[in-house]
Amino acid sequence: MAIKTEEMVLNMGPQHPSTHGVLRLELVLEGEIIINVIPHIGYLHRCFEKHCEVMTYPQIVPYTDRMDYLAPMGNEFGYAIAMEKLLGLQIPERVEYIRVIMAELQRISSHLVALGTYGADIGAFTPFLYCFRDREKILSLFEITCGARLLYNYIWIGGLSHDLHPDFVRKTREFIKEFRPNLKEVNDLLSHNRIFIDRTANVGILPIDTAINYGVTGPNLRASGIKWDVRKEDPYSIYHKFDYEIPVGEGTYGTVGDSWDRYYVRVLEMEESCKIIEQALEQIPEGDVQSAIPKRIKPPVGHVYARVENPRGDLGYFIISDGSTSPYRVKVRAPSFVSMQILNELCKGYMVADVVTILGSIDIVLGEIDR
Amino acid sequence: MGFLDSEFTDGNIVVAKAEDLLNWARLSSLWQVSFGLACCAIEMMATSASHYDFDRFGVIPRPSPRQADIIIISGTVTLKMATRIKRLYEQMPDPKYIISMGSCSNCGGPYWEHGYHVLKGVDRVIPVDVYVPGCPPRPEALLEGLLKLQEKIRNESMIKKSA
Amino acid sequence: MKNAEEILQILKENFPESNLELKTDQPTEAVLIAASLEIDKLSLFLRDSSELLFDSLMNLSGVDELKESLLSVYYHLESTSLKHKITIKVSTDRNKPEIPTVSEVWKAADWHEREAYDLFGIIFLNHPDLRRILMPYDWDAGYPLRKDYENPEFYQGMKVPY
Repeated sequence: MAIKTEEMVLNMGPQHPSTHGVLRLELVLEGEIIINVIPHIGYLHRCFEKHCEVMTYPQIVPYTDRMDYLAPMGNEFGYAIAMEKLLGLQIPERVEYIRVIMAELQRISSHLVALGTYGADIGAFTPFLYCFRDREKILSLFEITCGARLLYNYIWIGGLSHDLHPDFVRKTREFIKEFRPNLKEVNDLLSHNRIFIDRTANVGILPIDTAINYGVTGPNLRASGIKWDVRKEDPYSIYHKFDYEIPVGEGTYGTVGDSWDRYYVRVLEMEESCKIIEQALEQIPEGDVQSAIPKRIKPPVGHVYARVENPRGDLGYFIISDGSTSPYRVKVRAPSFVSMQILNELCKGYMVADVVTILGSIDIVLGEIDR
Repeated sequence: MGFLDSEFTDGNIVVAKAEDLLNWARLSSLWQVSFGLACCAIEMMATSASHYDFDRFGVIPRPSPRQADIIIISGTVTLKMATRIKRLYEQMPDPKYIISMGSCSNCGGPYWEHGYHVLKGVDRVIPVDVYVPGCPPRPEALLEGLLKLQEKIRNESMIKKSA
Repeated sequence: MKNAEEILQILKENFPESNLELKTDQPTEAVLIAASLEIDKLSLFLRDSSELLFDSLMNLSGVDELKESLLSVYYHLESTSLKHKITIKVSTDRNKPEIPTVSEVWKAADWHEREAYDLFGIIFLNHPDLRRILMPYDWDAGYPLRKDYENPEFYQGMKVPY
């Protein structure tokens, strides 16, 4: 006689140490095996799009910072590129070089948080402290440039708010020299660690066709084996002047597209960002960073869609202008919002502890999902 | 004047008021509920990391509200989240303290005017002890907020109800 | 790689009765305007046709056009293999907004459409799970991103304005 079993609904509530922010997951379980995962979002919905309709174009820049608060330079960069495309502005070359350096430093700092918290979720607490130690050095570089540690309001439409500090180039070169051995240290601690591999390899495998149909971009897509990067496919700013590789997942310890691949692609991307920063520091020209900033921004009636490669995927801005000093509609295509939809597909058939592994490997930020 | 100053010279006897002893014990090991909402949560994580260590003040993160003394509300409180914060607050056992960190939980922050889904200040649902201003506040500012809370606890009294 | 006029030509050959036109007078890109009730057939063709192969939906956003009393939806599509892009716009009446869903064609549209329903009130026909996503499930004060939206005074005992 078979035992009568029932499905159980377990709530991984908005306050949880391992959900990266305020996310509520409803897990429908059969014993320990997952049948369905239903995410509930909206706990951090801060009405960004409504604010855009009443603020003027330069006033929106601090609000774009606060969406993906781990990569604010990337958000501001995307907004500046979209507006400069709509206005048809030409900006000085020095501004372009500084923006690229800031965006790549921000990529390293965002991946450090992602890897540190991922290790802490799996159970390894030491890499968290090492990653945050390196991140403090990057934050102090940002602080001598624009005065703020976390939310900068630095990349304005048409230029930047401050020029580089005289010590910046020297300090960045020192940072990169110290960072490479630290990266090797984190690799030895975490990436090739037997326990880490057992927990992450072959867990949450994402095939390429599913990924493209769901709209997944960024390191999650590259881990499934396809070389897709907005910096190479749809180049913006001066990325075409630099020489760098696009790392893809190869299924070293398991299948292509599992959680270990998603983690390792981020580690390799940090190395590539170091290369870009070194090349940019060699080639940076002199100039005035505020000469192209318009006194009053009143774009023509029209619309624009522009995207940049943020550490989590491609961030798109869709701006409709009606000729006045405030936009008519701004829609932000946030990469984490789109990537969250695959959580249900990836988790089916695994156990409860694997939900934390898979969620950490997708690397979401709730500020971006809820805007 | 701490109670260690009234130690007798001939032995291991320390005399102090019971209130001082209890307050000292409470403020030296405030365990916090790991509760981060938005950008301020990243600064809170940076405060607990090795550069601006939180652990040297006795603050360690506990996952469950039933085992914690303080809750640091760091980040924007939305209407959807406010009912859950109230429930978390009611689950914490007495004595409990609340630090409101950042502009958004003090008064609504940059979203005060047009935010239709933002609660303008977490003190509309729970009583707050210390407000830490900033957007986001530096880790040193959060540590100062913690020290002010410790001051407040040091001056608490079991007999007289504090304001 | 095709530009917007060539894509319009291919669509007109395969859907002769449809009313398609290309709007090119505003910066920055051309917009293909289609009828709202045919967008699901058009999407299936756009994804599967061997000359177009639009396999990725980059963005889906709702827009409130108060002056013409319409609610519109903009689709931004891209082909990862053939490397071209197109923008499509459909509009529907503001008092009875109904658009067929494209979430069967591109699964990325699922949550984008839920968000358009939540913030604008556009009903997507045949959507697998159309409910609010960002606002609380029991929010009954309307659709926030519409231009004529007004804030309620209280929500569950909490005062909403400053």
